[in-house]
Amino acid sequence: MSRGAAMLIMGVFTLYFLTPIWWLLVSSSKTGGDITGTAPLWFTADSIPTFFANLGNLFTYSDGVFGRWLANSALYAGLGALVGTVIAAMCGYALAKYEFRGREAIFNVVLSGVLVPATALALPLFLIFSQVKLTNTLWAVFLPSLVSPFGVYLARIYAAASVPTELLEAARLDGSSEARTFFTVSTRLMAPALVTIFLFQFVAIWNNFFLPLIMLRDQTLFPVTLGLYAWNSQISQIPELRVLVIVGALVSILPLIATFLGLQRFWSSGLGAGSVK
Amino acid sequence: MNVTRPITAPATATGVPMPRKSKTTGAQRRAVLLFVAPFGVLFLAFYAVPIIFAVVQSLLTVERKGTFGPPQQVFGGLVQYQQVFQNSEFWESVGRVLLFGVVQVPVMLGLALLFALLLDSPLLKGTKFFRLAFFAPYAVPGVIAAIMWGFLYSPSLSPFDAVTSQVNFLSADLVLWAVANIVTWVYVGYNMLIIYSSLLAIPTEIYEAARLDGASNFQIAWRIKIPLVVPAIILTGVFSIIGTLQLLAEPQTLRSFSTAISSTFTPNLAVYTTASVPNYSLAAAFSVVLALATFVLSFVFLKATQRKVSQ
Repeated sequence: MSRGAAMLIMGVFTLYFLTPIWWLLVSSSKTGGDITGTAPLWFTADSIPTFFANLGNLFTYSDGVFGRWLANSALYAGLGALVGTVIAAMCGYALAKYEFRGREAIFNVVLSGVLVPATALALPLFLIFSQVKLTNTLWAVFLPSLVSPFGVYLARIYAAASVPTELLEAARLDGSSEARTFFTVSTRLMAPALVTIFLFQFVAIWNNFFLPLIMLRDQTLFPVTLGLYAWNSQISQIPELRVLVIVGALVSILPLIATFLGLQRFWSSGLGAGSVK
Repeated sequence: MNVTRPITAPATATGVPMPRKSKTTGAQRRAVLLFVAPFGVLFLAFYAVPIIFAVVQSLLTVERKGTFGPPQQVFGGLVQYQQVFQNSEFWESVGRVLLFGVVQVPVMLGLALLFALLLDSPLLKGTKFFRLAFFAPYAVPGVIAAIMWGFLYSPSLSPFDAVTSQVNFLSADLVLWAVANIVTWVYVGYNMLIIYSSLLAIPTEIYEAARLDGASNFQIAWRIKIPLVVPAIILTGVFSIIGTLQLLAEPQTLRSFSTAISSTFTPNLAVYTTASVPNYSLAAAFSVVLALATFVLSFVFLKATQRKVSQ
């Protein structure tokens, strides 16, 4: 393949990947009428004031519930992924660096957990939570999100490859406790894997739709995706929501893009770990 | 708990004994418990128990004493599963996602592999830009992606009305492929990066040796790079199969743009619809069948592709 052909392929697909996002950005700066009436992929004369007006409407509509949704998503995905990563890393690390009875059995159970579709769990979780009166609470979405079998799998593979047993023995000789060695020495060596696990889980929780859809009735508990979904399905009755859905969609993807860019140099080195045989 | 007798090293899964027999002390065993317990408890509570619960629920059936008596759950054996197998809408939805998967997964992974190989080749300039641009859609949640593409597809709203006035992507004939395009758009870059990072892990000396033997870029890609990234392709393949059978957010969201998506368009939509009727037992039986199907398909795919690799 020639250099020109390679660049052409990549150029065409760059348009494919970025045009919808560009359209979203441009449309966020238009009034409801202008979205269909003006050049779809370019700004209008008063784009900047319109954008801020839309933004203002977004955060004040319905008592500012959108801000609430963003905060909920940050809580579910941010805190959930953080705690979930620590829990998965501890388990994967133990499976990689200690010999104990049942080790392979536990690993195999976790591995088959990777293959269980999360949506198949959502309905039985709803039934269980409704018996203990936990549906329609923050916990109903937060607690199940903490479990990441894939995180354990990644942590085990990465810990086995990157934490030398000699180092653990040296730490033991120095009198460091097992937990202290893990939190001060091993986690540093596992950093790329930890960032990767965090990101995988952050995205999975942020994008999770089925679980909040069936668990939550109270819209102040919604994550941002479910909130925008609800608005979008009301557009035919309340047309002014169209602009809010478009601006809201743009605002809701910014945190993820910022997280990716901020953590990029860490995760790109850990991403391949899962495919190592 | 404080017994410090050494235990013999257990054999690993492959039957090879551990290289070093280190003493496992009581402190270490307590540490293992400390490390494994949090995940273990959560896994039991939010994976194992729901699976068992779903199986139990799927075996129950609702009975009423007389016509107006209170409903009561009684053991109904495999009644629900009989209903699952007689439910033509459910099987149509399964057929639909299988058709979807057979087309979408190879196209998506083929593109991901092509992009990864191009990024790894000496042909491209600005690889960092392409990497980010192609990966950006992964930051867009399925619901948001479906809303965006819903606007782009709509004949009345689309910026590409030259196209959408000719082809109605939201019609019954095309809407499945409209969903396929959304899923591909979101996940190609993600799969590309997994394959690309495993390409980066290949030592470059291999290429130098091949080049000295007169191999072209294409031959290096075809005969060296692709075979070495097969594990990464398998991983992305398994995730794609799981994702296909789980399809829910995109079709459910597109329903507000298209009347061509029924309430049982995908198996998960059928589960959701059945649960909101509510018929929890039948919905649980759907879930169990779906989970088993996903598990079996992923497992068969893993085994089939791994055998191919070892040959």
